[in-house]
Amino acid sequence: MAGVMGKTAKGSEPIGSGKPFDEMNGFDGECREAYRALKDWLEETPTDLLDQRKLEAEALFRRSGITFAVYGDKDAEERLIPYDLIPRVLSGAEWNRLSEGLTQRVQAINALIVDLYSKAEILKAGIIPEELIYANPAFRPEMIGIAIPGNVPVPIAGIDIVRVDADDFYVLEDNARTPSGVSYMLDNREVTHLLFPDLLGRNRVQPVERYADELLAVLESLKPVNSSGDTTIVVLTPGSYNSAFYEHSFLADKLGVELVEGRDLFVRDDILYMRTTQGPKRVDVVYRRVDDDFLDPLTFRPDSMLGVPGLFSCYRAGTVTLANAVGTGISDDKAIYSYMPEIVRFYTGADPLLHNVPTWRCREPEALAYVLDHLGELVVKEVHGSGGYGMLVGPASTQAERAAFSEKLKKQPDNFIAQPTLALSTCPTYVDGCIAPRHVDLRPFVLTGASGTRIVPGGLTRVALREGSLVVNSSQGGGTKDTWVLEE
Amino acid sequence: MMLASTANDLFWMSRYVERAESIARILGAARRISDVPQVIGGETNEWTSALAAAGQLHAFTATGRAPDEESVFAYLAFDEANPSSIKSCVAMARQNARSVRPALTTETWEAINSAYLEFRDIERAGGSRRQRQDFLRWVLDVSLRVSGTAFRNMLRDERYWFTRLGFYIERADNTARILDVKYHLLLPEHADIGGSLDYYQWAAILRSVSALTAYHWVYRQALKPWLIADLLILREEMPRSLASCYDNITTFLDELALAYGRQGPAQRAARATHSRLANTRTDDVFKQGLHEFLSDFLAENNRLGTAIAEQYNLI
Repeated sequence: MAGVMGKTAKGSEPIGSGKPFDEMNGFDGECREAYRALKDWLEETPTDLLDQRKLEAEALFRRSGITFAVYGDKDAEERLIPYDLIPRVLSGAEWNRLSEGLTQRVQAINALIVDLYSKAEILKAGIIPEELIYANPAFRPEMIGIAIPGNVPVPIAGIDIVRVDADDFYVLEDNARTPSGVSYMLDNREVTHLLFPDLLGRNRVQPVERYADELLAVLESLKPVNSSGDTTIVVLTPGSYNSAFYEHSFLADKLGVELVEGRDLFVRDDILYMRTTQGPKRVDVVYRRVDDDFLDPLTFRPDSMLGVPGLFSCYRAGTVTLANAVGTGISDDKAIYSYMPEIVRFYTGADPLLHNVPTWRCREPEALAYVLDHLGELVVKEVHGSGGYGMLVGPASTQAERAAFSEKLKKQPDNFIAQPTLALSTCPTYVDGCIAPRHVDLRPFVLTGASGTRIVPGGLTRVALREGSLVVNSSQGGGTKDTWVLEE
Repeated sequence: MMLASTANDLFWMSRYVERAESIARILGAARRISDVPQVIGGETNEWTSALAAAGQLHAFTATGRAPDEESVFAYLAFDEANPSSIKSCVAMARQNARSVRPALTTETWEAINSAYLEFRDIERAGGSRRQRQDFLRWVLDVSLRVSGTAFRNMLRDERYWFTRLGFYIERADNTARILDVKYHLLLPEHADIGGSLDYYQWAAILRSVSALTAYHWVYRQALKPWLIADLLILREEMPRSLASCYDNITTFLDELALAYGRQGPAQRAARATHSRLANTRTDDVFKQGLHEFLSDFLAENNRLGTAIAEQYNLI
């Protein structure tokens, strides 16, 4: 079989029918229950009011410094992520289903990572080919044999979800390293409160602001085996030039903990300290937003200026918790992704509640042949890629782009997977003075502590603002929406 | 207890804002005196003095430009290559503030961030004299907003104390520098030969530290150079005087010492300077030599900044 997992995609029919599912109007144009109050409101609200609110929202984001930096774009040191005025709505029942599936999946991811760095039973059972793990740059041999606090290597996960109809949720990507975007989930709700209090008043929307409390509880529950008396938590950022710096500073603020850079920390005798105005202060838990590679120049990249020399030996000595742990990126890998249904079954003993998108692993010759023949219909992605970079969206590509891409594919088939083009669902979006359907995805944030998994009802909805576009990444012109989960 | 780098960022954030204000006042005063008819004004170049007061004379001379209104204004207000230009100060203050965003109140952060954003629009608006004047006003407003929000809203803890320490050390530096540039005009022997030019000059000194009205309230007499020195050096009720700055510096350092349960070289140095200022009379200053007195003070003030950085691990 040609490496197609999950629901078999015969040929490359888009999943879902030709016409995308609209979350407000369904396939047939009839307003879905959860959207009724929103639709009424949209119909009675004049567009000049929307225009005015849009300007207000932008001024608000700018003044508060809610910006992100775009790499490789010097002129735009800081940019706003476009905020779309029209919220996206999920019913309570939809959310409950989704939430159950997310919990199951993230528990499997945590079990997978603990297993891969200890007994590796899943490899012994022959579920995943060994070379896919051991030859993978995201696998960190340094982690083997280390006791992970609470057995939770991934306390914070961001799972990218798409839907193609009223019933099915598909996981597009698992983000188990340092998923970002949660500040936008919280800020977007704040902005809706400020701009459209009446609209919120008409709907029973579940609150999201307890995210920070939940995150704090999760981090506290994962204190290291050899911790100091009180649990001191910090957020570690690469610094104010990082594209997600706003979020790092936002989280430190909401958690009520210090925001530190590598230079604020130092290690003595396998204990981590921060430099304070009154001398060294011991640190127990590091919510780190610095990538594995840069975390500790003594263990990982020696040229890193962002990390803390000796941090990893503290981790090994059990005096510090790293959230997320090192080496969790192995589960983000898109080739591993294709095995996720089996992984879920292996660790939870149950069938997966969320679908995987059928995936061709180009490392398998038959799959590669198929992909090369059908480039025009498929989405081809790098296995380690993120941010929407380095991928080919077949239907939107030119002949020349496809030709260039097949060369890359043939040269390094291991580096790619392919998926059918999904007819992503759409949501009503306010663009250029009109309300029009645009494709969306959803990133809920899944928190796992010593005593289980919690998900704040909501997430970050990303929307592709260009008509017909399926690329929702903020680095490529995507916007965001406030995401509502209604009370049942 | 707080992160040392946070303390450092707060300290420098307020130093930069205060420096921006000080440069705006120096430019405003220079502009005013350069409006005085040449007949009275003679050959003095106010724009050279402005550069000296801002501590930028050498750096400016090195650019090879002539010290006229246009280019001095451009250099002190807008030149990104000048690390002490108003533009650089606003950008640095904003960078410091952004790094410690959680340590600031929303209002203070927004005051600095808005200033940074508005700067671009203002710069684009061009450089007529009228617009330059509006610009200087705007800088004073920004400084007022930043200080005001900090004063009104910040918790009275170490964050606040470090913010204020930066503010007063910068302020003391600026006042001493402005006086030092014009010290020759304030020497008593000068008073006899001084004409109306001096009067303008004296008024300009006071104006550049916004003390002209205060002078009249305190002394109720015409401008006398030794009284100007008295006001700006020794009078504690004058908020820009060296004595007042040190009154505040010792207060905030003492608060820190109390909160941390220990004092060190910074507290001792600040108290020594403060009590020397309190026990000095204007006569003594002039006997020592005004210029020498001010040079010593500038060096001492600088050393205190270093002592604070060392004592509190600021990096």
